[in-house]
Amino acid sequence: MHAFDLVSPTTLEDALTALAEEEAQPLAGGQTLIPTLKSRLAAPSKLVSLRAIRDLQGLRVTDDLLCIGAMTTHATVAAQARDIYPALADMAANIGDPAVRNRGTIGGSLANNDPSACYPSAVLASGATIITPQRSIAADEFFQGMFFTDLEEDEIITEVRFPIPVSASYQKFWQPASRFALTGVFVARFADAVRVAVTGASEAGVFRWQDAEAALADEFSPNSVEALARPSEDMIADLHGSGSYRAHLTQVLTARAVAAQLP
Amino acid sequence: MQKITMTVNGRSVTADVEGRTLLVDYLRETLNLTGTHVGCDTSQCGACTVHVDGMAIKSCTMFVGELDGAEVRTIEDMENKDGSLSALQKAFQDHHGLQCGYCTPGMIMSLSALLRHTPKPTEAQIRHHLEGNICRCTGYANIVKAALAASGQMPSADAFAQ
Ligand SMILES: Cc1cc2nc3c(=O)[nH]c(=O)nc-3n(C[C@H](O)[C@H](O)[C@H](O)COP(=O)(O)OP(=O)(O)OC[C@H]3O[C@@H](n4cnc5c(N)ncnc54)[C@H](O)[C@@H]3O)c2cc1C
Ligand code: FES
Ligand code: FES
Repeated sequence: MHAFDLVSPTTLEDALTALAEEEAQPLAGGQTLIPTLKSRLAAPSKLVSLRAIRDLQGLRVTDDLLCIGAMTTHATVAAQARDIYPALADMAANIGDPAVRNRGTIGGSLANNDPSACYPSAVLASGATIITPQRSIAADEFFQGMFFTDLEEDEIITEVRFPIPVSASYQKFWQPASRFALTGVFVARFADAVRVAVTGASEAGVFRWQDAEAALADEFSPNSVEALARPSEDMIADLHGSGSYRAHLTQVLTARAVAAQLP
Repeated sequence: MQKITMTVNGRSVTADVEGRTLLVDYLRETLNLTGTHVGCDTSQCGACTVHVDGMAIKSCTMFVGELDGAEVRTIEDMENKDGSLSALQKAFQDHHGLQCGYCTPGMIMSLSALLRHTPKPTEAQIRHHLEGNICRCTGYANIVKAALAASGQMPSADAFAQ
C-alpha cells in the first residue's frame, strides 16, 4: 500500500470538507477498498473514514419507505429489516460471510457497483432512490455499467430509500470461491408493477429484464418466465460460466424468485 | 502518523500508527500477539479473524487508525481466567478439530461470536457461519463436530458423512 492520511470525522459536514481535498476518497467498510489499496489499484492521498458518523447509520421507516443510512452494515440490515422488508434482509444475510457482513456497507456496495454484487439488484428491482448531499438519484439512473455509477467526483451516498413491495424474493446462484453472485435475480412485486433486476450476468452491470417484467405483470407465475426468450446481449463469459449459461441462470432464477412469492 | 487509544484483550493501548497500518500487522508486529494469523491478506480466508466491539471481523482488512475507543479481542484472550482452555478450545482438542492449526485461531474467534448469539446452532448454521473461514487440512467435519460439542449438543453421525 502507498502511504496516505486517514481521518475519521464524526459529522457529515467535516467529512465533506475533508473529501473536497484533492485525491481524498471515502472509506466505508473497506472490504473492497482495502484489498484495492493493497494491490495499488487505488492510491488516494487521504482516506476519509465514514465509520464514526452516526447520522449515516441505521434503518428507519417513513412514508412507507425503508430508509437505510449509507454506513449501515449488511449484518444490521439482515437483522433489522426482517419484519419490514424480509427479502432485503435475506439478501443481506447471504452476502459474503459473517465477518464481511459485519463491515461491508450498503453505501460502499452501491458506490462500488461490482457487476456481481447483490445490493445493486435489490436497489434496482425495488426502484429505490439514492440520496446524496446534493440530490436524489433514481436507481434507474444510478447504475451506469460495471463499477460505474452516476455519482460525481466527491459526491457521497448518505442514504438509500426503498419503496416496500407487496412481496419480493432474491435468488442467488453462488460463485462458491468468491461468495458473490455468479448470477442473482431480485423480483419485486408492487401493487401496480413487477420489477426484475439481474446481477452477475451482464457486461453492462446490473440490468432490468423488461420482457420478464411485462410478462409477470400480465400473469405472475413461473410459467410466464419460462416461455420467454432468454436475455442474450452482452452476457458475461468467463472461466466460471459462459454467456449462455448465465442467460439460462437468469431465466431459472427469475422463475424461482416468482415461485417463492406464490402461496 | 496518528495517535489512537483502544483496548486490546482488556488492556489499554495507545498506538502511534500510519494511516495504512493494518490491525493484523499491529497486533502481530507491535503487540507480539502472533496468535492472529495471516493466510491470504485479501479478506478471503478468515485466519486473521478477531473481535472488534464484540463482532468478528477480518483484521487484515481494517486499519488501526479507525479504532480509537474500540475494544479488540484476540485468540490470546480466549482461554479461561485460570489459564485452562475454554469449552470451545477444549472441544477442538477433544474432537480433533485441527491438524496444522493455522486456521484455528480464526475458527475459534468466528465460532465464539456465533455461540454468543446462537448458543445452540444447528449443523447448517455452523457451516453457513464458517463460510469465511477456510481450512486446508481437516475437511471441516471435526470443526463442525467441535462446535456442536462446545454448544452441548451431541454430534450427529451426519457431521461425519459430509
Ligand atoms: C470475501 C468477500 C465476499 C463478498 N461477497 C459479497 C457478496 O456475496 N455479495 C455482495 O454484494 N458483496 C460481496 N462482497 C462485497 C462487500 O460486501 C461490500 O459490499 C463491498 O466490499 C463494499 O462495501 P464496503 O462498505 O466494504 O466499501 P469500501 O470497500 O470501503 O468502499 C468501496 C468503494 O466505495 C466508495 N464508497 C464507500 N462508501 C461510499 C459512500 N457512502 N459514498 C460514495 N462512495 C463510497 C469507496 O471510496 C470505494 O471506492 C464481498 C466482499 C468480500 C471481501
Ligand atoms: S488473512 Fe485476513 S482473511 Fe485471510
Ligand atoms: S488445520 Fe490446517 S488449515 Fe485448518
